[in-house]
Amino acid sequence: MQAAVIVFPGSNCDRDVAVCLEAATGTAPLMAWHGDAALPDCDLIVLPGGFSYGDYLRCGSMAANSPIMREVVAQAHKGAAVLGICNGFQILTECGLLPGVLMQNTGLNFVCRDTRLKVSNAQNAFTHLYQQDEEIIIPVAHNEGNYFADEATLAGLQEHQQIAFTYGAGDNPNGACLDIAGITDRSGKILGMMPHPERRAEAALGGEDGKRLFTGIVESLA
Amino acid sequence: MKAIINITLKSGVLDPQGKAIENALGQLGFTGVNGVRQGKLIEIDLSETDAAKAEASLTDMCEQLLANTVIENYDIQLDKSE
Repeated sequence: MQAAVIVFPGSNCDRDVAVCLEAATGTAPLMAWHGDAALPDCDLIVLPGGFSYGDYLRCGSMAANSPIMREVVAQAHKGAAVLGICNGFQILTECGLLPGVLMQNTGLNFVCRDTRLKVSNAQNAFTHLYQQDEEIIIPVAHNEGNYFADEATLAGLQEHQQIAFTYGAGDNPNGACLDIAGITDRSGKILGMMPHPERRAEAALGGEDGKRLFTGIVESLA
Repeated sequence: MKAIINITLKSGVLDPQGKAIENALGQLGFTGVNGVRQGKLIEIDLSETDAAKAEASLTDMCEQLLANTVIENYDIQLDKSE
């Protein structure tokens, strides 16, 4: 199976994600640079966190229009699985692969801490190794994680079981609508989430709650 | 030809920065401020001389990059004097 991590100027945790993918697949993923216009056919593409292009204009807007993203969108439309973490989630909404937008946190502060997450849908390609409604701990680190969409879009997300993760009761760090921490497209193969599963994927990092996300998607694609 | 594009949040979309500015104005003693909304202003210098073509091109720019129409409105003003 071919996995790739897209590296933008200002990405972070791209190497952490690569470590998680290598642990799950046994081979190191391809690291693809944002300016590349070509990308070998991939089964799984990860857009990591960070501050691509300095968050200029809007978070993720510049990255969404970079040469490599035309390839990512084309492969997603052909059925490749795509995971966007934090800034990667922002990029997925900006390029139209996921609905809605990530706005500034209502508290106006950058929030960097562990959050309690509820697995709201444990049946998609990424989350099937978790239990339905299981509570896990995954850290967030963002200033623009406040998920917003109009009422019709939110109703559609609920109707089609597209809400993968929500913040635990009383633990919403950013004011996101419906406590949304992560959503998928209707196929369940494109996931965007604000929390960083790669930052809690080994016991040495304080816990392994994030690990099943990577092993889960790799098993789904095997 | 020069253009000025104003990008503002749609009504109903929460604007935490606008709210913070409103609170700060209140703390400075400015009374009667009923609301503050913060937006962006982008100036663009175009080589196009035909106003209709310039406006069409600017609309495309707004739709594809400059504004996120999920939450933002845009308003294009052309300075035709040059």
